[in-house]
Amino acid sequence: MSNQNSVQTGNEGSLLDSFKDYIVRVRGGETGSLPALLGLVILATIFAVANPIFLKPINFANLLTQTATVTTLAMGLTFVLLLGEIDLSAGVTAGLSAGFLAVSMFNYGVAWPIAVIIAILFGMLVGFLVGLLVAKVGIPSFVVTLAAFLAFQGLQLVVIGRGGLIGIDAPPILAIMNKPMPLIFGWILLIIVFILYVLTSLISRRQRSASGQVSKPISILIAKSLTLLVVGAGVVTFLNQERGANPAVTSLKGVPWVVPIVLILLAAGTFVLNRTKFGRHVYAVGGNAEASRRAGIRVDRVRITVFMISSTFAGIAGILLASRQASVDAAAGRSIVLSAIAAAVVGGVSLFGGRGRLSDAVIGGFVIAIIDNGLGLIGLASGLNLAVTGAVLLLAATADAISRRKSRAGS
Amino acid sequence: MSSKTPVIELREVKKSFGPVEVLKGVNFSVRAGEVTALVGDNGAGKSTLIKGLAGIQPYESGTILFEGNEVELTSPRQSSELGIDVVYQDLALCDNLDIVHNMFLGREQANNGVLDEGHMESKAASTLTSLSVRTVKSVRQKVARLSGGQRQTVAIARAVLWNNKVVILDEPTAALGVAQTEQVLQLVRRLADAGKAVIIISHNLQDVFTVADRIYVLYLGKMTAAVKKSETSQSDVVAYITGTKTQENIEA
Repeated sequence: MSNQNSVQTGNEGSLLDSFKDYIVRVRGGETGSLPALLGLVILATIFAVANPIFLKPINFANLLTQTATVTTLAMGLTFVLLLGEIDLSAGVTAGLSAGFLAVSMFNYGVAWPIAVIIAILFGMLVGFLVGLLVAKVGIPSFVVTLAAFLAFQGLQLVVIGRGGLIGIDAPPILAIMNKPMPLIFGWILLIIVFILYVLTSLISRRQRSASGQVSKPISILIAKSLTLLVVGAGVVTFLNQERGANPAVTSLKGVPWVVPIVLILLAAGTFVLNRTKFGRHVYAVGGNAEASRRAGIRVDRVRITVFMISSTFAGIAGILLASRQASVDAAAGRSIVLSAIAAAVVGGVSLFGGRGRLSDAVIGGFVIAIIDNGLGLIGLASGLNLAVTGAVLLLAATADAISRRKSRAGS
Repeated sequence: MSSKTPVIELREVKKSFGPVEVLKGVNFSVRAGEVTALVGDNGAGKSTLIKGLAGIQPYESGTILFEGNEVELTSPRQSSELGIDVVYQDLALCDNLDIVHNMFLGREQANNGVLDEGHMESKAASTLTSLSVRTVKSVRQKVARLSGGQRQTVAIARAVLWNNKVVILDEPTAALGVAQTEQVLQLVRRLADAGKAVIIISHNLQDVFTVADRIYVLYLGKMTAAVKKSETSQSDVVAYITGTKTQENIEA
């Protein structure tokens, strides 16, 4: 029936047509994460030329663990940014979750799985309270989360206590950021990711053809999944190389444990945003809250849930934070929230709401981490990292504002 | 046509805001397959009458008959359950979503919690096709990319998608150019031809005379005229609107 339709779905035509369509969208301001990906390539090239260590497996593994905490936080923040809101308290919520994790294990002898649940539940609770104040009382999220940002720093001092630092010694928690998986697990992970990707794509194609709709050319799916396979195999091979400083004493090779954790969060979050009613409502509320309300969407409930998701991600980020530092101090998480917001925005998530994906936050997280990592390797003064990161954020926000104006002018 | 039972019939509905009586006992009826225009100057009570039908601001007294049965309209939900849908002037579309998403906004179709995009897409496309919409090329376009007329089309198609019996259009042509006004008016005509009862509120008498079958005139909270288009003229309607003339026997 779609052949006789005067109204098309935009999926007709060849690979070339799809490509042309993409170019039109990019020029119209829907750039997505394209600038961030280009930036990633350019930055990586510059740093690789400036210092060969940049390309060593040890540095790449470092980069992954450096970015994991910020990326997890940024993925949670993406939900909030999609509503056009902000969560300044995400970093200190992560810190406080880490604090509860450490205290419950160290001071009260709680088993690590329970401590992990406590940390995550704390994050969820914070999100619920913030969401309630934003959605039901009507306080701007900027103010609510700024208040939480200040209050939680004080609370963290109380939780951590006099020592100012609590060590983490549960091996499974430490392993997340510091230990690699067995070599074969890296390959299994890649195969699972590949199969899931192909399977979900094929299912949505079948669904479309079942209701008489034309799907995008199969060549696109093949090209995309082959790219995924090749890049993924490259990464796994690279990470499976020996990177220990002294292999004879301690061998260090394999994909870090944190990688599957971040991938699971990415896949679950992306599924929720793209394939469920709730996800659709998040985009709708971010695009036009009044229209959503009139369409019968419970806007308040969406807001509260989104803040809970963001803070739950923050709770998980707190566990990563504790794992990486092998300890939790009074200042934990204080500085990472701005990096996380920068990561999301640099990756292509709009500050104005309604536009962005979780994968954008991951790509943006890499950009922020590479700047930090690369400038450090070049040996520039450490203050410059922050200056460059700030400049990149401003650049991304400028691009965001301009593309918004462009797409408005197009209407 | 007039022999058929009206889809909606209002008898002596009243509404006041504090001491201000906005609707002073209004009779109004709408028939399937017809475009009914509701005209009147600012403050005549058009919006109040419509908001009562939408269930947003219930009437204080009077009778509402829906397909001959007496009903209550006290919430937007009741109205939409009866099949009454309002396309507001600001259209209430989400710019960042595509046409399909907007047409199913708040009423997304899902299988086991997973959105059924294929089903929604084909239903949206066939609705637009059934309305002979040719101005919209792809249902997967973002609404931000559409022209004013196309947006109006999407908003109207959304009201049609759910098999509503009554579609109320609030100033559908106010923000449009000549060509797009023409397209939207044709669409309004096709809605009525498809058997819907269409109410159109407009300040533009030329549009009203192009598309309407029947014209109701509100003047300071009273219905001062209810005429068939074929039995009146623009200058008469202007006189009704400005209050210089009143129809003798109003058969609403």
